[in-house]
Amino acid sequence: MKITEFLKDHIIYLDGGMGTLLQEAGLGAGELPERWNLTHAAAVREIHRAYFDAGSHVVSCNTFGANSLKFSETELEAVIAAAVENARAAARDSVGTQQKFVALDIGPTGRMLKPLGDLDFEDAVAVFAKTVRLGVKYGVDLILIETMSDCYETKAALLAAKEESTLPVLVSCAYGADGKLMTGATPAAMVAMLEGMGADAIGVNCSLGPRALRPVVEEYLRLASVPVLLKPNAGLPRVIDGKTAYDVSPSDFADEVTELLAMGVRLAGGCCGTTPRYIEALVKRSCDIKPQPITNKNITAVSSYTHAVTFGNAPVLIGERINPTGKKRFKEALRQGDMDYILKEGIAEEEHGVHILDVNVGLPELDEPRMLTDAVCALQAVTALPLQIDTADPVAMERALRRYNGKAMINSVSGKRESMAAVFPLAKKYGGLVVALTLDEQGIPATAEGRVEIARSILAEARKYGIDKKDLVFDPLALTVSADPVAARETLRAVELIGRELGCHTSLGVSNVSFGLPAREVITASFFTLALGRGLSAAIMNPYAREMMQAYFAYRALSALDENCADYIAFAQSLPQPQAVTAPSTPSSTAVSAATELQQAVIKGRGERAAALTRTLLETEEPLTLVQREIIPALDRVGEGFEKKTVYLPQLLMSAEAAKAAFEEIKARLTCEGTAEKCAFVLATVKGDIHDIGKNIVKLLLQNYGFAVTDLGRDVAPEAIVEAVVRLHAPIAGLSALMTTTVPAMEETIRQLRAHAPWCKILVGGAVLTREYADAIGADHYARDAMEAVRYAEQIDRALRT
Amino acid sequence: MNTVCVKAYEAPPLDLREIWRYAGACSAVEAQEQLLRECILELGDQTVYRVCYREFPVACENGAVDLGFTKVSSASLAKHLSGCRSAVVFAATVGTAIDRLITRYSAVSPSRALLFDAIGTERVEALCDVFCGELATEKQHHGLSLRSRFSPGYGDLSLSLQSEIFSVLDCPRKIGLSLGQGLLMSPTKSVTAIIGIGSSL
Repeated sequence: MKITEFLKDHIIYLDGGMGTLLQEAGLGAGELPERWNLTHAAAVREIHRAYFDAGSHVVSCNTFGANSLKFSETELEAVIAAAVENARAAARDSVGTQQKFVALDIGPTGRMLKPLGDLDFEDAVAVFAKTVRLGVKYGVDLILIETMSDCYETKAALLAAKEESTLPVLVSCAYGADGKLMTGATPAAMVAMLEGMGADAIGVNCSLGPRALRPVVEEYLRLASVPVLLKPNAGLPRVIDGKTAYDVSPSDFADEVTELLAMGVRLAGGCCGTTPRYIEALVKRSCDIKPQPITNKNITAVSSYTHAVTFGNAPVLIGERINPTGKKRFKEALRQGDMDYILKEGIAEEEHGVHILDVNVGLPELDEPRMLTDAVCALQAVTALPLQIDTADPVAMERALRRYNGKAMINSVSGKRESMAAVFPLAKKYGGLVVALTLDEQGIPATAEGRVEIARSILAEARKYGIDKKDLVFDPLALTVSADPVAARETLRAVELIGRELGCHTSLGVSNVSFGLPAREVITASFFTLALGRGLSAAIMNPYAREMMQAYFAYRALSALDENCADYIAFAQSLPQPQAVTAPSTPSSTAVSAATELQQAVIKGRGERAAALTRTLLETEEPLTLVQREIIPALDRVGEGFEKKTVYLPQLLMSAEAAKAAFEEIKARLTCEGTAEKCAFVLATVKGDIHDIGKNIVKLLLQNYGFAVTDLGRDVAPEAIVEAVVRLHAPIAGLSALMTTTVPAMEETIRQLRAHAPWCKILVGGAVLTREYADAIGADHYARDAMEAVRYAEQIDRALRT
Repeated sequence: MNTVCVKAYEAPPLDLREIWRYAGACSAVEAQEQLLRECILELGDQTVYRVCYREFPVACENGAVDLGFTKVSSASLAKHLSGCRSAVVFAATVGTAIDRLITRYSAVSPSRALLFDAIGTERVEALCDVFCGELATEKQHHGLSLRSRFSPGYGDLSLSLQSEIFSVLDCPRKIGLSLGQGLLMSPTKSVTAIIGIGSSL
């Protein structure tokens, strides 16, 4: 019998601790427990057998750390083969008469994934895949992924289990006392992602005792539509007279876990500190508990690596600004691969209060799969908001969904056969909340009823793929009211009908409605309010439009969604106060004082002020004059102060940022004309090194001084640096290394640059470097700090021009 | 002791002067102080303060040190541990939130990134001080005192000792701290060190 069958009307008992028992049997400090499958098979079998005797249905093989990062390929296979055989032998030897299953146990790799650590997501998937393939080869009945403490690594493990096997997969995470994973995920975030990807049961193990884990377990029971599992520790370890003891006894453990079984937990066992005595006590104590039915909680949600956003309570705002349509500056940034520009947009939207970021980076001439994946990875490194992946290219969609750290919103599918055949399999595999447009091969029906019909057929088709209606959000399409007077009315009716008749959530790209009309935001915001009144759950919108945010906060306050109107009041207070209009002075005197003020704003590091003054000045002044006469002198003053040690690094940076804000205004004006830039400069932190603060400081200053900086990021392979330098024929490359261990990588990069780009001057810097060291590894110049890097680059640039 | 102990602490008080020192500034003007206040506010209670540790008997012989779980050849560590019969090996971290904020602001505001970096360094040092203070009090009752912290990479002590420390302390599982291929720690605002325990002077 398959465990998923057995689970339907039984409570399943798992086993208890393994590591602590192996230590008692003599496992030494730092020794790999999995090796004992081969060297001490009898001891391992004895522990397994004791668990089966105690009543465990599932015993986990001693394979927690059996992965290719810790073992060679040959040894890994031997370890897993022996581990499975040890568990099988124990099942045969046990006196227990219950159903018995053997699980492949998979724990974390012990390495942190990028961007926090250095393990690539696909490499992690590959590591887990090797273990899964061996587990399948040697005949386990199921897979238990447990003690996971990071959302992204959990996704990698589950993806590998799903891709390499058809076995049932149970997934369990280790929550801290704060109710979150080590890297920040809440239970709601994990439930959304794991259910979406098709885990057969999900839950909680390790970290704490059953009582302390109770709030997390309750959250799982409230949210999960799949069975919930629990393997707590025997409380906390205490060292008494040099011996470790856990503070929850077998009988207390049995009482506490039984309470949670009564509340609906369906699979239970123990983790650190628990022994066969704990399982025996639990099995006895809970024998009368009836398994609680598993119900569909009908929760519509997306998640990031920290939290979930749920549809249906308060309106969900989806920021629309990461999209090149109609934005010259955005398109230019995309063409140049200027990721910082996209990140800045995302962070600004977050600061304006959106809950989800739509990500659309499609331009006909770009490699969209690569661009979208890069954008998703970069965005999820800097913001905790869930992302809505917005593309019409199924390849780009799959690549981005795969890399996404959580359960993404998918924008979009339509009622067209081809669209559903492309999108639904991806939603099924990677999980996701799919935005479904109510149009099909015949176009967009004119009436609300026609759109509801399409929604029905999309629901039916989704069901064939095993996608539940809670994972669809319908977009009944906001059309332009200036082109068709009944357009808005029909869309609003469709919102209401889809909610009432289909019980589904809706989302609208609201901005479209006002196209072609003056003061568009007035119409858009009113339409948004009306749609919310009809039950709209979410909107793709422009968070910078004050009218939209006003509509949102007012709606929440008026719909009892904002306690004491607190959010509305905070929002209202953040609005700029109406100011007395200052008398217009003569243009020239304004320009003069604004110019001095611009210098002051840059020197003082006031970015918003610098940007505003630049905007004013650009009305009368040439952009390049402004740069030469105001911004560069201000930067120079701060730079000189830094060199003389009267100005410190934080102030230097704040000034540089203010200058950058001014440059952004100038750049917006210059986009088509092209700026008279200085030479190309390729910048990177070398392979193996993930520190990049110093490098980023150098980049900012170089940009301010007009260099065309190509920043390759951190942990960059020598080949990639050479490729960029050769492609751009860059006269200067800047390399940074912070650790003594990564200096050899710097030396290797220099060697390769010398071989392939002999024209290139190499500038190095970083905490561990000295001038002598720089000479020894063959660099052209060592810069002690960012200003020195600028001075050297200017010197090279000047030499190139003469 | 045969087990790794884990401790979690409340946030130690902030030392602003230390933060400015780590940020490379001897003093701060008002605008920067405002920026630092904003950074501290944004960080809020996202930091964790976790330590895992274990005590080992130690023995030194001709510049080689037997740490109980591994033998290392290091004259500076041998000198540092002279007269000690045991040592506490610990790993401390303030978690991933600081790293995320540094990454976030590296893209849009390097001055904030610099301040978060400085705050992170101050936080993890403050955590080590709290942990060592507590350990010192405990050992004092037995007439013992602590030497100062000695980390892999100090003097001639190889950084590769990190691998052994991570394995014996089970850092990933105990406190969510992992070691990359280049022996860099993640979260980056973390410390591993050895503290000699000797008789009180």
